Amino acid sequence: MSVGHRVGSDHQLARLLQIGIVLEEVVEARAYHHYQSLSADERELDEEIEGLLEHAADESAEHRQRLEAIIDELDAESIPFEDIETLVEARYGKTKPEDFDGILYDQLCNEETAYKFYDDLIEGIEASDASFSIERERLLSVLRDIRAEEAEGVEEVTKIMETRE
Amino acid sequence: MNTADQYLKAIYLIQEMEDGPAATGALAKMLDVSPASANEMIGKLEDRGLAEHEKYKGVQLSDEGIVRARDALQTYCIIERFLTNVLEVEDFRGEARELESVIDDTVAERLDTIIDRNSECPDCFDPETDACRYLEVESENLAD
Repeated sequence: MSVGHRVGSDHQLARLLQIGIVLEEVVEARAYHHYQSLSADERELDEEIEGLLEHAADESAEHRQRLEAIIDELDAESIPFEDIETLVEARYGKTKPEDFDGILYDQLCNEETAYKFYDDLIEGIEASDASFSIERERLLSVLRDIRAEEAEGVEEVTKIMETRE
Repeated sequence: MNTADQYLKAIYLIQEMEDGPAATGALAKMLDVSPASANEMIGKLEDRGLAEHEKYKGVQLSDEGIVRARDALQTYCIIERFLTNVLEVEDFRGEARELESVIDDTVAERLDTIIDRNSECPDCFDPETDACRYLEVESENLAD
């Protein structure tokens, strides 16, 4: 057991990035299915929610690509990812939140969880003196960018929730 | 999972195995830290009302400490199960130990939505093998 927050090797970093990818997959799948669960009338009535979900799905896909690009640069065995998409899809295919509040709350949890994940990861890398195959500052800069976008996401959902109260 | 939670989980597991207080030496060994570090953290846990330490006997968790330790153990179970079921990691124990300090409970909760955990969790965790009893069976089947 290792006590303390530290990321000590390419392998461990790659694994954490993979977990990040799965989290992004979850966000993407949930946003997509929430969107699908809206009826045509609801979509027309609620452009704000529609825009939010669309943006969340696009952003997650983009984050995923950026994380994948880092993993490619690391000296770590690659792990096949085809199955993960299917797995996440199978989990959320039947998910239907009850109303708009449910969708917003779920989106908020998604964004907050992702923010916390990147925040801990950045802290773990900063606390470590290990050298990675990717240049540390570039790695941190990508992760900080993604973290900032997650923070914006939290803010955006919170704002919508507040105006609807 | 923060450092305090890692200690609570380790004390809980030793208490379960020993059916009594956790000796500081055993705790230090399990966490791979010095006895001095273990003593320092035990003091902090005592201050927060999460554990009690009795000289020559060892440390024992309070009711609140047990609740937190079980939550931490559940987070650990989620990480192990996620690594096995989703990422198909063979050395899931070793990797879970490396990752637990960097994975937060809220993140683990999200990972939990794509795995199937037994309703007995975390009581099905076997401290001797450092894994869920059911997970062991599943991974053995996978290896066949």
